Amino acid sequence: MSKLDSKIPEGPLDKKWEKYKSSVPLVNPANKRSLEIIIVGSGLAGASAAASLAEMGYKVKVFCFQDSPRRAHSIAAQGGVNAAKNYQNDGDSVYRLFYDTIKGGDYRAREANVHRLAEVSGNIIDQCVAQGVPLAREYGGMLSNRSFGGTQVQRTFYAAGQTGQQLLLGAYSALQRQVGLGNVELFARHEMLEVVTIEGKARGIIARNLITGKLERHFGHAVLLGTGGYGNVFFLSTNAMGSNVTAAWKAHKKGAFFGNPCYTQIHPTCIPVSGDHQSKLTLMSESLRNDGRIWVPKKIEDSVAIREGRKKAIDIAEDDRDYYLERRYPAFGNLVPRDVASRAAKERCDAGFGVNKTGEAVYLDFASNMKYKYGKQVAIVKGIHNPTEEQLHAFGKEVVKEKYGNLFDMYKQITGEDPYEMPMMIYPAVHYTMGGIWVDYNLMTTVPGLYALGEANFSDHGANRLGASALMQGLADGYFVIPYTIGAYLSGDIRTKAIPTTHEAFEAAEKEVQARIDKFFAIKGSKPVDYFHKKLGKIMWDKCGMARNEAGLKQAIVEIQQLQKDFWADVRVSGEANELNPELEKAGRVADFLELGELMCVDALHRVESCGGHFREESAETSGEQEGEAKRDDANFMYVGAWEYKGPNTFELHKEELKYEVIKVSQRSYK
Amino acid sequence: MSGNMNLTLKVWRQKNGGSKGELVTYPVSDISPDMSFLEMFDVLNDQLVTEGKEPIAFDHDCREGICGMCSMHINGHAHGPKDQVTTCQLHMRSFKDGDTIVVEPWRAAAFPVVKDLVVDRSSFDRIIAKGGFISVNTGNAKDANNLPIPKVDADKAFEAAACIGCGACVATCKNSSAMLFVSAKVAQLSLLPQGKAEASQRVLNMVAQMDEEGFGSCTNTGACEVECPKGISIQNIAIMNKEYLKASVVSEQEAQ
Ligand SMILES: Cc1cc2nc3c(=O)[nH]c(=O)nc-3n(C[C@H](O)[C@H](O)[C@H](O)COP(=O)(O)OP(=O)(O)OC[C@H]3O[C@@H](n4cnc5c(N)ncnc54)[C@H](O)[C@@H]3O)c2cc1C
Ligand code: SF4
Ligand code: FES
Repeated sequence: MSKLDSKIPEGPLDKKWEKYKSSVPLVNPANKRSLEIIIVGSGLAGASAAASLAEMGYKVKVFCFQDSPRRAHSIAAQGGVNAAKNYQNDGDSVYRLFYDTIKGGDYRAREANVHRLAEVSGNIIDQCVAQGVPLAREYGGMLSNRSFGGTQVQRTFYAAGQTGQQLLLGAYSALQRQVGLGNVELFARHEMLEVVTIEGKARGIIARNLITGKLERHFGHAVLLGTGGYGNVFFLSTNAMGSNVTAAWKAHKKGAFFGNPCYTQIHPTCIPVSGDHQSKLTLMSESLRNDGRIWVPKKIEDSVAIREGRKKAIDIAEDDRDYYLERRYPAFGNLVPRDVASRAAKERCDAGFGVNKTGEAVYLDFASNMKYKYGKQVAIVKGIHNPTEEQLHAFGKEVVKEKYGNLFDMYKQITGEDPYEMPMMIYPAVHYTMGGIWVDYNLMTTVPGLYALGEANFSDHGANRLGASALMQGLADGYFVIPYTIGAYLSGDIRTKAIPTTHEAFEAAEKEVQARIDKFFAIKGSKPVDYFHKKLGKIMWDKCGMARNEAGLKQAIVEIQQLQKDFWADVRVSGEANELNPELEKAGRVADFLELGELMCVDALHRVESCGGHFREESAETSGEQEGEAKRDDANFMYVGAWEYKGPNTFELHKEELKYEVIKVSQRSYK
Repeated sequence: MSGNMNLTLKVWRQKNGGSKGELVTYPVSDISPDMSFLEMFDVLNDQLVTEGKEPIAFDHDCREGICGMCSMHINGHAHGPKDQVTTCQLHMRSFKDGDTIVVEPWRAAAFPVVKDLVVDRSSFDRIIAKGGFISVNTGNAKDANNLPIPKVDADKAFEAAACIGCGACVATCKNSSAMLFVSAKVAQLSLLPQGKAEASQRVLNMVAQMDEEGFGSCTNTGACEVECPKGISIQNIAIMNKEYLKASVVSEQEAQ
C-alpha cells in the first residue's frame, strides 16, 4: 500500500552518511550557476541552507514574511543547542546523542536520520563559533555547557537565554554576505501562497508581496521549505504570532504527504494564561529546570489557601511540599523529558493542587539552589565561612542572574512578580510540532524537487523532541545535509532550462491564489478572523491537547468541520487586496489551520496508542511501577503515519514502517 | 473583557508611503492591566473590524522582546515609557486609567512609513550585507575549542550581539543616526579573534552603506543608549570610531 521510499542508504548505521556523502552525485560549478533554488523561510533551517547553497554556487532566492530574515521565529529560542562534543568528558558520544534522541522520541523516529544528526552536531558548533557566534564560555576561555531534559550528560551549548537569537544572527550574517555578493536574492515581506508543479515536479512558487499585495511568480529548479512549525493551530502557543502552516499545507495539497500531524509538544514550563485577552504564551526555558525545582503543596488545603490568596509559597514548610517529579522519577528528577513533565503537572492540577487563581499552575522554585548551591560556592570562594541567609541569597542571586537573567526579567515584565524573591508559576503550553511534511533521507518530500527542512519536516524527533534539539536539527539540515543531498536530484536536472513563468502552470496557480483572495473579501461576514482562530484553538487544546480520547477526537472533527463552514460563511476581512493587509494574511493562515486541525484529529484518532507527546487516555499502564505512564503499542503502531490529501476533508494513510536495527526498543523509563 | 481601564488612544493613520497621515482618536475601554500593549491593539483592531472599519497596521511577531519587529513610538518614546522594554513587552499596568496615549511610527528618512505604524527598515539588512559577518564558508571551521576566547571578551561581544535590530536608536536620535546599531555589530566582531582579519574592510564598508542609506551623523547625544531596549552601550560607538580611524589610516597608507 505504501508509496513511501525513505531512501535510506545501505550499510552499517554509523557508516551510512559518510559513505553516502562521498557517493552522492555532484553538480559541477558551471552547472550550479544555471540552477536556481527557491528557499521559503529564513529561520535556522532556511538561512543556513541559503547561505551554504549560495556559497556552493547555486542561484538562490530567499523568501520570508517578516520585514527582515533576521526576525524568523528561530530568533526566540532560548535555552541552547545540543552537540556531541564531549567537552565535559562526561561520557558523551555520537552514539549517546543518537540513543537519547531516539529514546526521547519514544521510538518513533528513523534511526538513519537521527544518527546522521548526531554525527554532524559537532560541526554545527564549530561553524557557529567560526562565524563569531558568542556562545557562553568558562573563565579558561573554553565553551560552557549545561544539561537539558531527557539526558544525563552536559551537551547543551548556549548564549545566556538567547541561544536562538545568536545562532540565527550567525546564519543571517552568512546569508547577508551572500546577498551582498549577489548570490542570493532576498524577498522579505513576501508570503508564499502556492507551490507550482510541472509534470509532477516542483518548479516554483506564487508569492504575495505583502506591501503592494501583488502576486508574483518565481521559478526554481527546486523548492525548499524551511517554514517552521504549526503550533499556532492551537491559537495560544509559545510560537511567534506569524508562525503558520500555510506553506506546508499548500505543499500538502499539491501532493506532499504530511507525517505524524498529531505529534505536538506541550512544553512544561511556560507562563500560565492570565486572561481571555491573551494573544500568546511565553516560554520559560527548560534550562531553568537545571536549577529550579518543581513542586505543589502536599496538602490540598494549602493549595486552596494559596489560590484564595490566604497563603504564599514561602508559607508552605519544606515537609509540606510535594516535589512530584523528584518523587515519581528519582533517576531524572526535574529533568525528565517534556511530555512526561507536562503530563505530571496536568495530573497534579487536575487533582486540585494547582497554585494560581485558575488552578492551572505549579511552582518552579530557585530558592534552595540559589542559596545552598550557588550562594555557598561563592561564599567559599570569597572565604566567608559562616555566611548569613541574606548573604547566601545575595551571592546566589548574582550567579542565577548571569545564567538566566533575561528570562527572570521577562518573567517579571509579564507577570509583575519578582522571581528572585518568590518561585515562578508555570504551566504547560503548546510549543513545538514534531509532525510535519514527510521527507526521505534526502529531505525530499513526496513531490520531486520539493524539500522540507527544520521544524517544517517530520523527520528527527519521533513523537517527542528533546530540548535543544530543534536548533541542532534546523542547522544540521541547512548547513550539512541539504548541500549534499540536493545533488542527488539536481545532478539529473542540469539540462532543464529555467522555465518561463508565463507557463500555464504558473498562470493556473496564480489564478487559484487570486480566486481565494477574492473569496475572502466577498464573504463580508460579521466576525474577525481571530474569532475563528480562538474557537479552533480551544477545540484543539481541549480535545487534541495533552490528553486525547476517542470520543473527544470524534467530537472535535465534527466541531472543526462546522467551524470551517462558519468561517467561509461569516468571516470579515477588511481593507483591500492591493495593499499591506494583516487581516487578509491572517485569514489565509487560519483557513489553512482549520483544515490542518482536522487532519491532526484524524491522525490522533487513528493512533490508538500513547507515544511521546501523543497521550491516548485509553492507552496507559494500569499496574506496576509504571502505572499511569503512557503505553506504546509497538506491534501495531511502530510506523510513521503519512497522510495524502485526497480532496476536502479526505485524507489517505500511508505507513512507513520503522525498523530498529541498532537500538533495542524498550519502554521509556525515567524512574 | 477582563479589565477596567479606560483610555484614549491617538494613533497615526497613513494609508501608504505616498499619502499623508494624521493622528486619529480612538477610545478603548475595559482594558486589563495584565494585557500587553499590543494585546490592547488586538482588542481595538477586532473592534474596528466588527464596526466595518479598517484595523491599524503595526509590526510585531515574537511578542517576547527578541525579534525586534515591534516598533511603536509611544508618548514620545521609542517602545514607550519603560527602560529596556520593547513595545510587545510593555504592559498596561505601566499606564493609568484615563490616560491619553499617542502612538506614532518610527520617524527617520531611512525608515519610510509603509502604512500606519509600519516602517521599512530594510536599510539595516543592506548595511549588514556590506560587512556584518565573518567570511567563513560552511564546512571550513576547525574544532570550536581550538580557539579559546577569554570570557571577558566573549561576554562583551555577546552584550553587543544582543542588539535586536529594532531601530529604536534611530527613531530616538534627533539626527536619525544608526551609529548604535552599526557599532554593535562592528564591536561584536572586532572583539573576537575570528573577526579581526576583515576588521578594517568591515567597518569602512558598513559605515559607507550607512551614509548611503541616508542615516544622519552622530553628535554624541547618547539618547540612543537610553531608549535601546537591549541596553546596547554607547561604548560600542567608541570602539567603532577607533576601528574606523585605524582602518582609515591603513587604507590611506595603502592608497599612497
Ligand atoms: C519560545 C521558543 C523557544 C525555543 N527554544 C529552543 C531551544 O532552546 N532549543 C532548541 O533546540 N529549540 C528551541 N525551540 C524550537 C526552535 O526554535 C524551532 O523549532 C526552530 O527555530 C525552527 O526553525 P525553522 O528554521 O525550522 O523555522 P522558523 O525559525 O520558524 O522560520 C520559519 C521561516 O519561514 C518563513 N515562512 C513561513 N511561512 C512562510 C510563507 N508562507 N511564505 C514565506 N515565508 C514563510 C518565516 O518568515 C520564517 O523566516 C524554541 C521554540 C520556541 C517557540
Ligand atoms: S542598538 Fe538597541 S535600539 Fe538600536 S537596533 Fe539594536 S536593539 Fe534596537
Ligand atoms: S514583537 Fe518581537 S520584539 Fe516585539
